[in-house]
Amino acid sequence: MSELLKLNQIETHIGQYHILQGVSVEVKKGEVTVLLGRNGAGKTTTLRTIMGLNPASKGSIVYKGEAIQSLPTYTIAKKGIGYVPEDQGIFAGLTVEENMKVAIQKENEETHKRLDYILTLFPDLKKFWKKPGGLLSGGQKQMLSIARAYVNENELLLIDEPSKGLAPIVVEKVMESIMQMKEQTTIVLVEQNFYMASTIGDCFYIIDDGRSVSNGLMKQLKEDEEMKRKYLGIA
Amino acid sequence: MKWIINNRVNAIYVIIAAFLLLLPFVYESRNMLILLTQIFVFAILAMSYDLLLGFTGIVSFGHAMFFGIGAYSIGIFMKRFEPTMLHFLYAVLATILITAIVSFIVGLLTLRLKSHFYAMLTMALAGLFLVLAEKWRTLTFGNDGFTFRVPEVFIDRTNFYIICLLSMIAVFMILKRFTNSPLGRVLQAIRENEQRTESLGYQVLHYKIAASVVAGVLAGIAGIFYAMSLRYVNTSVFTMDITLDALLMTIIGGVGTLVGAIIGAGLIEFAHDGLTELAKEHWIFERWIIFFGIIYILVVIFFPLGIVGTLKKFTWKRRKQESAKNKENLAG
Repeated sequence: MSELLKLNQIETHIGQYHILQGVSVEVKKGEVTVLLGRNGAGKTTTLRTIMGLNPASKGSIVYKGEAIQSLPTYTIAKKGIGYVPEDQGIFAGLTVEENMKVAIQKENEETHKRLDYILTLFPDLKKFWKKPGGLLSGGQKQMLSIARAYVNENELLLIDEPSKGLAPIVVEKVMESIMQMKEQTTIVLVEQNFYMASTIGDCFYIIDDGRSVSNGLMKQLKEDEEMKRKYLGIA
Repeated sequence: MKWIINNRVNAIYVIIAAFLLLLPFVYESRNMLILLTQIFVFAILAMSYDLLLGFTGIVSFGHAMFFGIGAYSIGIFMKRFEPTMLHFLYAVLATILITAIVSFIVGLLTLRLKSHFYAMLTMALAGLFLVLAEKWRTLTFGNDGFTFRVPEVFIDRTNFYIICLLSMIAVFMILKRFTNSPLGRVLQAIRENEQRTESLGYQVLHYKIAASVVAGVLAGIAGIFYAMSLRYVNTSVFTMDITLDALLMTIIGGVGTLVGAIIGAGLIEFAHDGLTELAKEHWIFERWIIFFGIIYILVVIFFPLGIVGTLKKFTWKRRKQESAKNKENLAG
């Protein structure tokens, strides 16, 4: 499979803090690449750096053969990268419908088809279509956040901890939807829930102390008890 | 007509507008007419401020700059040339052009900054215009200001009242349409989460500048009507008090609601007028600004959503309770 995104020795500073100190990741088209690691390892910062929200101070980010590390966030988004942030980032004062309409970059027949598909994927969004986003439950907010990133024909989706703070039954639902999206788009997933990560993911990268320390196929990691214990704290 | 019948709130707006339109023909009070005219003018200013604060999340301390440009444009045109409708239209055109250019440049230079830095910088720029108006005496007559005549159609107080009322209604409708448009939705998204909006592919700065230009032009138009109502202009139109009044009106009425800005303007102007009247009874009311300060503190503590925002919240809560009750009844 061809390479869609490549991070080469990325370093990122936030204020005086040196958060990423050498992250290298290769994302292949059509795969789900999972970033794993303990809390504070730098997984979220890696996604934010790809989006240009915390610009890289060193290294390169190449997306479809083009260096994007110095581009502004809106340009990166327009290149076909959708981002689902950790805090969901929905617009609480706008209705579900308005949240979706704001997210649509180019309204055409294809986006309408995608919207229909999304509403079959997340029927709750259809139910609360005219309600403000702030009144949705945690799970529904997460669905809205994912739906917003998916409504455009993005070739790459960056999804940050979609299971965070959700009830197990909702996690199952979110997981199912990501599994379905996997068929059509490439995904970089940050996930603490190892069961979810290992079910969805094709390959993994472990981030530790701001560095990418290991990578490989997900099925290898599932069997590597030593690595799971060392970097993920899973006994 | 269908639009009115289908929406109870719109029907109420139409009834109030019709009442205000008929008022000068049934109630002959010159003072009331002048007071209501002032309310309409300040409502335009407050709505323009609401577009910035309530819909885009921009806090500006320099909104008086645009109000002052409008006031001086009409004053200078009417003083230097014959007070005809043609010159009035030139003044309106000059106001639109100058406020659009100034707000565009100010926005371009300052809207990249974090909100508090932006607020400080706009305050400094408004101060710059105040100093310019004070020092450029040949044009502005400095602090003393100057009187001017207005075109014939505006001389009659009833005519002027109706023109101001219709302008306020027009501004309300334009802004309602604007805030419900795709552009307006992006502005509200920026207010909620700037970074998130940017990661959806929007160049936030462009949208903020667009809001700043629209708000600036409307504040300039409010300035035109304000100066015409007094037929006098001096440097007070550039002072911080004007911006604070707009801020107070927007917050008391309810930010991000537009109609709240109109209600806020009405309350503040009525309170201002009432407290000034009470000064004849007791000296404490001469210091009416103290009461405004107290009102402001109380509103921020007890009604942070403003009048309209609080009403909306209560209505929403009541609907929620009713729907829960209905569900219980159906189940039971």
